[in-house]
Amino acid sequence: MIAFRLGLFLVLVVLGAAAVSLVWVPQDVGAMAIANKLKPPTLAHPMGTDHFGRDVLSMIMVGARTSIAVALVAVGIGMGVGVPLGLAAAANRGGWLDEIIMRGNDLVFAFPSLVIAILITATFGPSAVNAILAIGIFNIPVFARVTRGAALSLWTRDWVMAARVAGKGRVRISVEHILPNVANLLIVQGTIQFSLGILAEAGLSYVGLGAQPPTPSWGRMLAESQTMISFAPHLAIFPGLAILFTVLGLNLLGDGLRDALDPRLRRSR
Amino acid sequence: MTVASIHRGLFSLLALTATMSMAEAKTDIIVGMQLEPPHLDPTSAAAGAIDSVLYANVFEGLTRFAADGSILPGLAQSWDISADGLTYTFKLHPGVKFHDGTDMTAEDVKFSLDRARAADSQNAQKALFAGIADVAVVDPTTVKVTLSAPNGALPFNLAWGDAVIVAPESIEGIKQNPIGTGAFKFDAWVQGDKIDLVKNAAYWGTPAKLDKVTFKFISDPTAAFASVMAEDVHVFAGFPAPENLAQFAADPRFQVLVGSTEGETILAMNNKQPPFDNLKVRQAVSHAIDRQAIIDGAMFGYGTPIGTHFAPHNPDYLDLTAQSAFDPAKAKALLAEAGFADGFTTTLKLPPPSYARRGGEIIAAQLREVGIQTEITNLEWAQWLEEVFKGKNFGLTIVSHTEPADINIYAREDYYFQYGTPAFKALMADLNNATDPAKRSDILKAAQKMIADDAVNAYLFQLAALSVANAKVQGLWVNAPTQATDLTAVSWAE
Repeated sequence: MIAFRLGLFLVLVVLGAAAVSLVWVPQDVGAMAIANKLKPPTLAHPMGTDHFGRDVLSMIMVGARTSIAVALVAVGIGMGVGVPLGLAAAANRGGWLDEIIMRGNDLVFAFPSLVIAILITATFGPSAVNAILAIGIFNIPVFARVTRGAALSLWTRDWVMAARVAGKGRVRISVEHILPNVANLLIVQGTIQFSLGILAEAGLSYVGLGAQPPTPSWGRMLAESQTMISFAPHLAIFPGLAILFTVLGLNLLGDGLRDALDPRLRRSR
Repeated sequence: MTVASIHRGLFSLLALTATMSMAEAKTDIIVGMQLEPPHLDPTSAAAGAIDSVLYANVFEGLTRFAADGSILPGLAQSWDISADGLTYTFKLHPGVKFHDGTDMTAEDVKFSLDRARAADSQNAQKALFAGIADVAVVDPTTVKVTLSAPNGALPFNLAWGDAVIVAPESIEGIKQNPIGTGAFKFDAWVQGDKIDLVKNAAYWGTPAKLDKVTFKFISDPTAAFASVMAEDVHVFAGFPAPENLAQFAADPRFQVLVGSTEGETILAMNNKQPPFDNLKVRQAVSHAIDRQAIIDGAMFGYGTPIGTHFAPHNPDYLDLTAQSAFDPAKAKALLAEAGFADGFTTTLKLPPPSYARRGGEIIAAQLREVGIQTEITNLEWAQWLEEVFKGKNFGLTIVSHTEPADINIYAREDYYFQYGTPAFKALMADLNNATDPAKRSDILKAAQKMIADDAVNAYLFQLAALSVANAKVQGLWVNAPTQATDLTAVSWAE
């Protein structure tokens, strides 16, 4: 429970920082003050300033928004497409629809996700939208599989049988009975995919394929700090810590949620 | 004998061997560079990296650039100009041999120049040879070059890396095995890693002081920094990260060489694409930009502000920076006059160098202040050449024009920023016909004024030549009057 609370706390801090940045940041991230560049952390700039004299704390707060937005929409795409596919596959177990969906899944799974993400952003031009699409597409098979796996065992339950006997169609059973019972798993998986999405976004912007300047992004901040790390380490430390704590927080939260929600784990305890 | 004394003994032994090796000056050098040449023929590609390795070291022309940018005799020991300015008679050094042992004669000069100016030539700078009507061999050490119109700049044109003398029998394999006449011979090329040159024992001129030269290609700025710090490379020519130079300067092991290049760094505007076809909009952009902030922010203070497309170290340079001084209020007023009181949105496409990527972010912030929104796209060089340079699909872009004395690009209508007005073309035609230095100077000044008045592009700063070297290395070029890493006079101090 301590791990879960720590995870929740970290995630809330990041979400809070992103939310606050919508209405207030210590300093406008678009404003450059070259004369004030590369200042180490001080009271006025708790995380120092970057090579353009921008406040690193403000950059990280706005960068949190970028990361969260990209990861959230990517998970949304994965759930929105993957869950219905998984439900449909489970409802037609062994049928041609099941085969098509699951082999399609295998196909997408066969590609290394980041390499394809690089391919997509390189072909259609680097932008936050393309990064979202690239990360989102690879969330689809993850959710489809999780949903199908859990749904398959549910389809053999007596109460599903009862529903079928009562004359309910497969679609209605999937939506009314199966989906609510796999929701727990999906929430856990969603948290994990969310943290992977944040990492993927940071990775893509690190190589210049994520959100384009001037939109602040943690990955790009890290990339830009590289040559200055020897005399301005704060430029690398703070974005690095931001990524670390966010991903750590989400993973702890995901683990905690699994412990609390997963029926199998709950029963074994 | 205690452990400590064994250690002490070992140390003194090590110290002894160290002093012994110190006594003899090193005769090899490892030079780091950011870009690797695509192949090794300087006469058939625009890639500056080829000249950075081979110019003056392996290949020589009739004339050559000196470290200060002046023109010195090269393979031609002297030349005479006929009274009408149409005929140049070059007298070649006798006894010059190519690295494959064959003699370099007037026939080779004729071959090289004819090859460069041929209709199907792959030469990247064909304009250099455009005025040549005929090249004739008088005797093995005399070549007569006839021009279609007088051109006082011929010796300058022939000093370029694109005009070096090559051996006819080596053309077949020149891209992998360059055969020149220089003080170093090509030895080996490990693609993706390094190029080795060795001393040419049969060199016709002052022999090189080094026996072996290795060019190592390190594209990543962080790796470049680490390799210099670890002394894996002795010289890094064109150091890519200006932010690290202060550290090298503070370290007694290194020397930092800060010179000037021929690189006019400009914010280019697409003169035929609205709204940049409007003079007032272009003037507004020029006034919206704070050059010093860009130099400080993107180049860490290295660079000289320019107000036109001309190198400040050139004696004919006009300082026109005041004409487009930083004045956001005036920029806004000009935009309002042009009918863009609420500003507009355009694209800003940036190639990889840090002057462009960082400069672009600063310029985007400065333009935003006057109401111009930019969509930044970071491009790799190949994409930039395709989209911007060839495709002319851009609103704004940042690039450094590193060719020497290249103001004549403004006469080309189809050049990527698409200026080429009839008035400017006429001015360049006058320049080509003028041989009188005073008149040439007047025309060059008028040309600088014209493109500044028309605010063709926003002129930012002259790119600095930044190199780091071991403190004991001497004889390196400080300025970069052309793309070159001339190592013929380089040596290690005792």
